Amino acid sequence: MTPPAQAAAPPARPQATPRRLGRGTLQFMEPPRIVSAFTVVGPMEGKGPMGGYMDTTLEDTFYGERCWERTESKMLREAVEQAIARAGLAEAEVDVALTTDLLNQCVGSSFAMRSVKVPHVGLFCACAGFASGLALAASLVDGGFARRAVVGASSHHDAAERQYRFPTELGVQRPPTAQWTVTGAGAVVVAGDGAQGPVQITHATLGQVWDMGLKDPYDMGSAMVPAAADTLVRHLHDTGRGVEAFDWILTGDLGRVGSRILLDWLKERHGVDIDGRHSDCGAMMYDPSRQDVHAGGSGLGASACVVAGYVFKAMARGLLNRVLLIGTGSLHSPTTHFQGESIPVVAHAVCLERPGAR
Amino acid sequence: MASQTQTRERQAQVDYQQFASRRRPRPRYLRNALLAFLVGGLIALLGQALTAWFAGRGLPEDQASGRAAVTLVFLGSLLTGLGVYDEIARVGGAGAAIPITGFANSITAPAMEFAREGYVFGLAARMFQVAGPVLVYGTASAVVAGLLRYLLVRG
Amino acid sequence: MQYLLAFLVGGLICAVGQLVIDGTRLTAGHTMVLFVVAGAVLSGLGLYEPLVRWAGAGAFVPVSNFGHVLTKGVVDHLAREGLWGALSGVFEVAGAALAASILLGFAMAVLFHPRG
Repeated sequence: MTPPAQAAAPPARPQATPRRLGRGTLQFMEPPRIVSAFTVVGPMEGKGPMGGYMDTTLEDTFYGERCWERTESKMLREAVEQAIARAGLAEAEVDVALTTDLLNQCVGSSFAMRSVKVPHVGLFCACAGFASGLALAASLVDGGFARRAVVGASSHHDAAERQYRFPTELGVQRPPTAQWTVTGAGAVVVAGDGAQGPVQITHATLGQVWDMGLKDPYDMGSAMVPAAADTLVRHLHDTGRGVEAFDWILTGDLGRVGSRILLDWLKERHGVDIDGRHSDCGAMMYDPSRQDVHAGGSGLGASACVVAGYVFKAMARGLLNRVLLIGTGSLHSPTTHFQGESIPVVAHAVCLERPGAR
Repeated sequence: MASQTQTRERQAQVDYQQFASRRRPRPRYLRNALLAFLVGGLIALLGQALTAWFAGRGLPEDQASGRAAVTLVFLGSLLTGLGVYDEIARVGGAGAAIPITGFANSITAPAMEFAREGYVFGLAARMFQVAGPVLVYGTASAVVAGLLRYLLVRG
Repeated sequence: MQYLLAFLVGGLICAVGQLVIDGTRLTAGHTMVLFVVAGAVLSGLGLYEPLVRWAGAGAFVPVSNFGHVLTKGVVDHLAREGLWGALSGVFEVAGAALAASILLGFAMAVLFHPRG
């Protein structure tokens, strides 16, 4: 009796580039490229420092819709459709769409994607969603499961206010730690298979959920710092890189208050100094001397628009070589807040690099 | 063992909370209180002027002040509708929230906001989202206070 | 003189409210409740009516007056009807302002849209 023929073993993939580093950093073997980007922002954001880098600036917060939820969906849909168009692709050529927003049940995404005929998964990790979308899209593309993925994220100030806080005409005075939800949508197309683009995604570090017992929804910056710090430290440890490897450590929406706490916390407790190398998407979206936003911007629109609007263009022009985007999210809801719960937070990181910058 | 981990976690939480608290900007207490004083005082002044006007038309004092209160409710409601009251409150804080105009704003604002969820389950159902507690606890405390006065003072 | 008193007392009550909001974890909503209850308590103690007579609008414009007039209604009806008066009287004086708030809130919500 001859022994049963053994199935031929599949050819071993070259393991020169390990796909997992350390505790939780993903390393992409053929870094997927961001080939196109599109952003839509509201009037206030258009008047901010990033305004000139945005593709569409609305004249009002409604965009012709009868309520702000529809406006947000419209903005996200436009960003996704235009990002696909700018990549020179038809919708049928995009394999997967990952979008995220802050509205309950992610209706901003679902309703927007009714018109986009691409297999879609909605994500939720609050304002860390865009970074997580980039990480997951890059994983799907590098793993060969998708040739092209579109990643989109949106937030709308008034839609967020009426859901998370108070009716918009209610006379509320915000404390100095409060942030202003950005009205903005941003989308990018991530492609593999040898596609060319000005930005490549080389690594991603997914974060764990942290909770330091903070309860104030008007001070999310303070709450999110420990998660951002932990994800950054793990990324540096896993990749063996120091902060000098990056032009920017770009946090999502810690705002000015959270940023200050982050710098101190990293320096004093982790021995990591990012002073002079740190920027925050939320803080970048507005000019505090002209615009009354207290601690700065927040929301998915912040990271989506700064990355899809500014970073994409800056890398294309060779102004930035390597940026670590750390999206930060507060995972509470009005219900948990009223029930006296604290705010769980998460931070996800993606390394964006200009091809050829080594 | 588990409780040791919990204690360590709790200590880490307290440590971070203190770290963050030392670096958090404080409200500008004096400036805010002064602005609240000014805005609240002006609204009270308007109320006094309205009372005098109604009294001048021959109404007794308590009816005049009642009419003045309703007039202030109208003004607070109208300014909310026009999108102005939240701007006043941004500056005046409690000076805009505590007067009766603020009460009107707290009813009109949610009514306006949730009108797009329908007249029944939106506008009407959520109208008292903010003012509800004032009604509930006002009524409760009034009944208790009134009863106590009646039972202890009169009885 | 009456005008000055109204301004000072009305302003002072609001300033106290502002300090409560800024200095504690209480929100504006909590503070409104605090003031309305305080008005009811002071009214029950017989202290709010003299305040109104002295400071005029400075005492009846803040929401604390709402607690006062609710209590006044209760007290009036208790005198007339006995214990049942606690229920029948509570909205007697406050009814006008309450009805106005509801009707005007509705009207403004129909006529105007929020602008954010």
